Amino acid sequence: MTKLTHLQRLEAESIHIMREVAATCDNPVMLYSIGKDSSVMLHLAMKAFHPSKLPFPLMHVDTTWKFREMIEFREKFIAENNLDLIVHINQDGVDQGIGPFSHGSATHTDVMKTQGLKQALDKYGFDAAFGGARRDEEKSRAKERIFSFRSAQHRWDPKNQRPELWNIYNNRIQKGESMRVFPLSNWTELDIWQYIHLENIPIVPLYLAKKRPVVERDGMLVMVDDDRMPLNPGEEPEMKMVRFRTLGCYPLTGAVESTATTLPEIIQEMLLTKTSERQGRAIDKDSNASMEQKKQEGYF
Amino acid sequence: MSDSKNDKSYEVAQSDQIASDIEGYLKDQEHKSFLRFITCGSVDDGKSTLIGRLLYDSKLIFEDQLATLENDSKKVGTQGGDMDFALLVDGLAAEREQGITIDVAYRFFSTDKRKFIVADTPGHEQYTRNMATGASSADVAVLLIDARKGILTQTRRHSYIVNLLGIRHAVVAINKMDLVDYAQDAYETIEKDYRSFAENLNFSSITFVPLSALKGDNIIDSGDNMDWYEGPTLMSLLETIDVSNQKEENPFSMLVQWVNRPDLDFRGFSGTIASGTIKPGDKIIALPSAKTSTVKSIVTYDGELDEAVADQAVTITLEDEIDISRGDVISEINRRPETTDQFQAQIIWMHDQPMLPGRPYLIKTTNKTVTGKVTSLKYKVNVNSLEHEAG
Repeated sequence: MTKLTHLQRLEAESIHIMREVAATCDNPVMLYSIGKDSSVMLHLAMKAFHPSKLPFPLMHVDTTWKFREMIEFREKFIAENNLDLIVHINQDGVDQGIGPFSHGSATHTDVMKTQGLKQALDKYGFDAAFGGARRDEEKSRAKERIFSFRSAQHRWDPKNQRPELWNIYNNRIQKGESMRVFPLSNWTELDIWQYIHLENIPIVPLYLAKKRPVVERDGMLVMVDDDRMPLNPGEEPEMKMVRFRTLGCYPLTGAVESTATTLPEIIQEMLLTKTSERQGRAIDKDSNASMEQKKQEGYF
Repeated sequence: MSDSKNDKSYEVAQSDQIASDIEGYLKDQEHKSFLRFITCGSVDDGKSTLIGRLLYDSKLIFEDQLATLENDSKKVGTQGGDMDFALLVDGLAAEREQGITIDVAYRFFSTDKRKFIVADTPGHEQYTRNMATGASSADVAVLLIDARKGILTQTRRHSYIVNLLGIRHAVVAINKMDLVDYAQDAYETIEKDYRSFAENLNFSSITFVPLSALKGDNIIDSGDNMDWYEGPTLMSLLETIDVSNQKEENPFSMLVQWVNRPDLDFRGFSGTIASGTIKPGDKIIALPSAKTSTVKSIVTYDGELDEAVADQAVTITLEDEIDISRGDVISEINRRPETTDQFQAQIIWMHDQPMLPGRPYLIKTTNKTVTGKVTSLKYKVNVNSLEHEAG
């Protein structure tokens, strides 16, 4: 008889969650960030509804500072798979010239990502939004329900979460309120990589090591991805063999020096590493509870 | 940090294999068994400390996290500047500020034998519903008891609730043994008390371990302080406890979650198999309509299956066009579940407003939400004494 592996169980759980949303929410959307977790989530969604098309659109909140290779990957993947994608950019932020170099990581992330996301959710009136967050990523994420309630102001109240028993999810909401739904809650970073490997899921090549132009700033290796990056006097981009453990806005995402050019090598490096995955992210360092605070304000 | 006590042989073996044979390591990972457990018990029994210790001793704390922990221990720790492992798990600002656990936190770790998800649950009475949330997805409950205090109200309350939610295996961890000079009789008194209390519960296994989460005794290593104890350490118990439930051998049933209709030619029923197995050609009955048909195919993105088993998420097509919608049950024709609109149940009431018999409520029965009423309340269980009280 078929004996399910750990990954097959995780897969079934995620599919169950997605079908639940499709069957009970009026206007769901799947947040697509182009990263590895989003790629796994999207792959699972295609499994969940096969042979039907996805019963909801995807949405990317584009801060205009993503790595160029991410956008290329997005365009190609969406076209090849005939998916329905909404790209939302916070035009107010663009008009004000908000960016990570001129305004710092906190303001940039808040305006272009958090405010941009809230704008988009309001604009389209989505009542449920899938996100690819995992509980093993960070302390406040470890506390969040799979179906996570948001007030009409998109706020999360971590001190007053709904009970969530077995695989029965309470997604009843009033007008204006919404749900953030996390189908990958119980996956670990290792599970994600292993699944990508087993299922041959396409990912952005930035995850694999290659010679790339970087400068070292505040202990972080920043890739010079375009000419919007102002170089300090004496700063000279250096070609280094690097890769990225997470992907986001290029000025805020630190590279790691690496020689891992295949998936098994990435996994090997990840297992032997001594630092956590979010360590390369500038936005997580602002303060200890910064993720919780951002989440309360509406960040994913 | 790098004291030899933490250098467990299996970790060394694991990282050797990772370095030399990553493909082989990944294959092993794929087939590793998996356990979900919770830690529960009263406030200050050391639940968060225990999980912090398990993660720390299994070397699952990254350097950047460790640096944060050292920093936080000095700033807000409760161990006089020593490592406060509870800070690894208490992730909300309000929790760290007040030094309590408000909501359940999920942590992930693995050894060479098993992968684990542990839910650290709050001990305060006002957060009992969060404890229940954590318990509902677990197979094993690790119930912590402070060796100095013995069984408390919360121990009884938590034991009763986790058992009612379906947990069949209890591990009673008698913690803070260091504070009773590792005395055997302290341990034995609590064991005896708990066994007599648990006679009224429905656990299929109860195991006892004396330990000190703070000092590390009997967590991964036995240590030298309790030579009188010959049982397994907590970790080796968790690695070996058998929680298989033979779900696959029960009659087939699947709750229809979503009707899959891409076009006029395809109509499938998507859902997760609740129990049993199914094959093309099997006769089924749809409930509550009691219409019957035969399974035509089991459709997945990866191709059609010859067989599907409990816990798999699939889409089933049938030979006949019968009316089935979300919330219906597809089951084995000869061993079908009973259908009824009245039943008796034990309810854990979580809302601040009291339950009122006669008042209409929405009842969510897995995939269906219906209105219903509680006709009468037969008795209330006093979760502290387990006595029945008038409704």
